[in-house]
Amino acid sequence: METKQKEAILKISELIKKISKKEKTIMEFCGTHTHEIFRFGIRELLPKNINLLSGPGCPVCVTSQEDIDYIIKVSYEENFGVITFGDLVNVKGSEMSLNDLRILGREVHIVYNPFDAINIASKNRNKNYILIGIGFETTAPNLGYTLIKAKEMNLKNLFYYSLNKLTPPAMEAILKMGEVKLNGIIGPGHVSTIIGKEGWMNVFNEYKIPFVIMGFEPLDLIYGIYLLVKMIENDEAKLINAYKRSVKDEGNKKAKEILNKVFKVSDANWRGFGTLKNSGLFLKDEFEIFEIRNYFKYEIKSKKFLSCRCDEVIRGVIKPFECPLFKKVCTPHNPVGPCMVSSEGACSAYYLYGEN
Amino acid sequence: MNEKITLFHGSGGEGTKILIDKILKELNNEVLTELLDSAILNLKETIAFTTDSYVISPPFFKGGDIGKLSIFGTVNDLSVVGAEPLFLSLSLIIEEGFELSEFERIIASIKEASEIAKVKIVTGDTKVVEKGKGDKIFINTSGIGVIKENRNIRNRKIECGDLILINGGIGEHGLSIMLERLEVKIGDEVKSDLAPLNSLILPLLDNFKGIKFLRDPTRGGVATVLNEISKKFNFEIEIWEENLPIKNWVKEASNILGIDPLYTANEGKVILVVQRDEAKKVLEFLRNHPLGKDANIIGEVKGSGDKVYLKTEIGTRRILDTLKRDLLPRIC
Repeated sequence: METKQKEAILKISELIKKISKKEKTIMEFCGTHTHEIFRFGIRELLPKNINLLSGPGCPVCVTSQEDIDYIIKVSYEENFGVITFGDLVNVKGSEMSLNDLRILGREVHIVYNPFDAINIASKNRNKNYILIGIGFETTAPNLGYTLIKAKEMNLKNLFYYSLNKLTPPAMEAILKMGEVKLNGIIGPGHVSTIIGKEGWMNVFNEYKIPFVIMGFEPLDLIYGIYLLVKMIENDEAKLINAYKRSVKDEGNKKAKEILNKVFKVSDANWRGFGTLKNSGLFLKDEFEIFEIRNYFKYEIKSKKFLSCRCDEVIRGVIKPFECPLFKKVCTPHNPVGPCMVSSEGACSAYYLYGEN
Repeated sequence: MNEKITLFHGSGGEGTKILIDKILKELNNEVLTELLDSAILNLKETIAFTTDSYVISPPFFKGGDIGKLSIFGTVNDLSVVGAEPLFLSLSLIIEEGFELSEFERIIASIKEASEIAKVKIVTGDTKVVEKGKGDKIFINTSGIGVIKENRNIRNRKIECGDLILINGGIGEHGLSIMLERLEVKIGDEVKSDLAPLNSLILPLLDNFKGIKFLRDPTRGGVATVLNEISKKFNFEIEIWEENLPIKNWVKEASNILGIDPLYTANEGKVILVVQRDEAKKVLEFLRNHPLGKDANIIGEVKGSGDKVYLKTEIGTRRILDTLKRDLLPRIC
């Protein structure tokens, strides 16, 4: 890091300490922000009257147990191979995780590029596969594009299970529920790159809360927090895009076009929230042949883990260390809930970086 | 169609002889050629003995292959205890269907690696398992080395104030494999750091009495090794982020994948704990060696404790814990 940048960070940190008078709670919506704030030790640069709270911005964390159970049931009973991203394999359903499914001999592929689903399915035409569409607005365009290509190729053995979710409805749900009094919001950088500043306009107009879209570098974070603190102290509320090098007002037009072509907006099931209206992306009629739910309509009744408080962590009602399982029963090695599983989860960030 | 290895090659008869002949053609030496049930060796000094199994997908990667990895990995395990690696065993478990030409490539690579590292393969074994019961090829190597008295560092005590060094770029093996596996292309410089460390470590030990501890940060990476040192010897360790030698492509790859290079495997790196007053000279020595030109002092042993802290580039401090989970690419 350049000395100039370092100096700027420390200067802004001093400025924040100087102007921050009120007790305030700021939520970082996005899991990557939570992680990066810990990783750079940004909390050390802030005065004690700023309470940073993690939000629901981790796609793995907000995946409901019913969804995991559904995928496992299809794979187990119909011998479908599963293709998914990252940490989702370690999230427990009622009986097992996708990783356990793999240990039992089912095919579970972890991919980074959804396009690999096409390679896997076209190399093994005699087997059926489900591609799990997990992620927010950031990952959905790539997944949508994969389905466009799969359709062009007339691929008959690749199916889709949409867990694609939209972030503004979750933000709105938190503000509407009012369980936590938020004074400001760290707006997600990656999601906003797709939906633009415009994507947050409705939520902002409704709740008028200081809202700053931030990048992930230390200077992005400290400067963004400064903007929030200034607004909070001055009792004003603006929606500011402080990540202009990546986020345009109108977002990424091409990505939005793909989203519109492939997906329609409908109600989705979120861990911690239940069903949120118009918060999920599901396949449009033209792509419905891929929709696995059309072929297997199971009634899923998931067993809840009673002591796990991930639901409340996701909504920002409690901090991870307030959960009775945190560090005692629930660890990254033996995660009970998804917030400890995911590398973007609040519990795992608190665990790894030792804050309690 | 290319010739593939089948169960016939694992039969113990003619088929197995084909594989053994290919191995002998490349790796023959006066001990191996006897083909006794055990290799008979003459050793007079203190012996170090190690074993490791190598399972890696893909078996060929930028900067090396499973063959080289299995030789250098074991050579490095011997080198970090101060042993001069001499003799290795080589045991191959091959999945039916593996191409014979790839097998030959791996054996040729093993030959090259053993010549570079100056070790002899003196005994070995081959087995073929049914399709689906292995992952192309697994290799186990055991190694024997001798420790000369002046290179024995076991009883040297780590003290508060000692400095931590590394001989170069962090996280290159792990991240290059991950990029290869995920078929993410980010540039030509991506390469594993795979290398044999005996040519670096042994002369280092001959020259410096202030080297107190050595460890190669393979699986679990630098962070995990530092935690092992901290917990084993009961010292707090502080690492300085701005001194960590991390190549730009590694930074880029870790940003894309969401994986911290401090937790990813290295295959040509050694972490050294060195007495403070000798650290500069050790650093100079490292930097003058081809395997240490990016070496740096990366931190220090503080007072008593059992945690490793990372002082970030902006001056804040955070805990650098041991690896707690599988390294998986992030979604968001």
